[in-house]
Amino acid sequence: MTAATDNKAPTPSETDFSETPWLDPQAVPFIQIKSLGKQFGDFTAVDSISLDIYQGELFTILGGSGCGKSTLLRMLAGFEAPSVGQIIIDGVDISDLPAYDRPVNMMFQSYAVFPHMTVAQNIAYGLKKDRLPSAEIDSRVSEMLELVQLQDLASRKPKQLSGGQCQRVALARALIKRPKVLLLDEPLAALDKKLREQTQFELMNLQYKLGTTFIVVTHDQEEAMTLSSRVAVMDEGGFVQIGTPLEVYEFPVNRFVADFFGTINLFDATVTSSTQIDSTTYTIEAALDKIGTLIKADCSHQLKEGDITSIGVRPEKLSISQKKPRGKNLTITSGVVEDLAYYGNRSIYRVRSHSGRIIQVSAQNFQRTKELVLEWDDQVYLSWDSSCSVVLPE
Amino acid sequence: MTEAKYSTPLGDKLWRWLVISLPYWWLAIFFLAPFAIVFKISFADPVIAQPPFSNFFDFSLGADSWLLATLDNYRFITEDNLYWISYFKSLKIAAISTVLCLLLGYPMAYGIAKCQPKTRNILLMLVILPFWTSFLLRVYAWIVMLGKTGAINSLLLKMGLIASPLEMLYTDGAVYLGIVYTYIPFMVLPLYSVLEKMDTNLQDAAADLGARRWQVFFNITLPLSMPGVIAGSMLVFIPAVGEFVIPALLGGIDSLMIGRTLYDEFFINRDWPLASAVATVLLLIIVVPVMLLQSSQREEAK
Repeated sequence: MTAATDNKAPTPSETDFSETPWLDPQAVPFIQIKSLGKQFGDFTAVDSISLDIYQGELFTILGGSGCGKSTLLRMLAGFEAPSVGQIIIDGVDISDLPAYDRPVNMMFQSYAVFPHMTVAQNIAYGLKKDRLPSAEIDSRVSEMLELVQLQDLASRKPKQLSGGQCQRVALARALIKRPKVLLLDEPLAALDKKLREQTQFELMNLQYKLGTTFIVVTHDQEEAMTLSSRVAVMDEGGFVQIGTPLEVYEFPVNRFVADFFGTINLFDATVTSSTQIDSTTYTIEAALDKIGTLIKADCSHQLKEGDITSIGVRPEKLSISQKKPRGKNLTITSGVVEDLAYYGNRSIYRVRSHSGRIIQVSAQNFQRTKELVLEWDDQVYLSWDSSCSVVLPE
Repeated sequence: MTEAKYSTPLGDKLWRWLVISLPYWWLAIFFLAPFAIVFKISFADPVIAQPPFSNFFDFSLGADSWLLATLDNYRFITEDNLYWISYFKSLKIAAISTVLCLLLGYPMAYGIAKCQPKTRNILLMLVILPFWTSFLLRVYAWIVMLGKTGAINSLLLKMGLIASPLEMLYTDGAVYLGIVYTYIPFMVLPLYSVLEKMDTNLQDAAADLGARRWQVFFNITLPLSMPGVIAGSMLVFIPAVGEFVIPALLGGIDSLMIGRTLYDEFFINRDWPLASAVATVLLLIIVVPVMLLQSSQREEAK
């Protein structure tokens, strides 16, 4: 559990890799991106990145605006020519192929449904360009209409459709050519919350049913977390971390990832002691401030006494209580509830500790009560186990 | 109290009515009224007097024959080939000029729309720039360019490409040149405004689905820019049909456009009623197809 910061988990010889092909040393990547880069004048949008994606993955590229994720997507689709590097899909180098010749289709963020064509014409467009016989086009279009449940709207114009329906048209249009890879640019961004959740599951089911490799680009970490088999977090044109959502969330490699992928409380602390538990685990104690609150943390690398390090802890890993908790490996601090937000299933507390910093806590509302369990200005104790502390390199 | 929110004072109502009706007033005063006068004159007889047409009514002639309207002018137009030739030639020149403007203007507008915003504004300025000089002056400049001893002929002669000066001025070609040159901004601007607003994702999406560049253009870009094509074509075609100055200055004797025929009837023959009839027929020839086109577009939009 504690050693999971590196991806080389111990693998017995008979392991089934069908759900996790990236762990299989024998697996051949379906998509290989080899030191791919893109310059716009002096500006480096994508800085020679390499990435392997396996058949049937739902791979998400996550990053803020301007991190280069859209440029990467446009290079994969063929709208932008790479400055350096290669893109290989299914053993074929497609780096120099024009967009219309690539075995890749894309669902655009704005959907880009052709406004002057009906739903059926939109979906048939790709096959018409391939000059397929019209009987085959018709049967594949109706098959696709059924898949996205738009049979009744086939002759409608996009103007008469809702946002969710447009999205399904865009999806059907991109899937009808049976691409080897489907690119999705912020697929859920334009939908409202209820529809997002529903569409998210639909997308995952569809991907499972078709077995097509999906590459999703998004700035929304929740979207990335729920959809993907693996996530690549991107910043300033490069990948910061690649891993499963769980790996990225629980074992972020640095402050940027920890902060970008979910919410985290970050502390700068000075190491006061470091004890080796086994070959890869150390337990450290670090002083948070002059008051001397000690944070206990498990760590996979050795730290010297006096080192300054960042330690993070996720809001849901903290316990909040009015009684002082007791435990050997607990980090304990106290404070005052400054703000709270009641979500029904859980509550979010912003607690001001005695040293003055705000610590965010997310707690399940286990009990059914008539009044809030904790109120504003209540004195509370916060605690968490050393295994929940994330030691981050500076 | 709450009701006061919904009822507006009389002054407000009046003001709103005035603002809404303003364009209608403008049309009524500067288009409908003059046209009504022209329409009325077209039923009169020419007389040598001031004004040079007969009265519409003369109540001294008694209850049965007070209306002096005559269809003679319209009859005359249908009988004399000259008018039909002029109409046909005008429509032909206007139509060909419109197509030429479209063929030249579309790439221009497309190019401008694809530029960086800064360059875009400069290029748009350049498109409008000729309007800053007098129209007449610019047409005269073409006479200087195209004439037998004009700039183009002198240059070609000097370079030894031709032995004798080319016949360029006072031909239909010169009229086409003049019209295309004058009206091309009216084609470029509406096309630009449509192309500039177009979502480039649509073109990318078509390319992504397997369309070659020319297919992207004919399947996506062109159909979606049709409103601009139609607006630009109307802005060129309609004034070009009635164009008088360009055929008069650059055209030959056989460049009989209806504008010139009209001018001749009004100012040389001083036959106002006949000229009015010619103008009325011209208006019908232009307005009826435009109205049909618009109603068909409205149908399509539904």
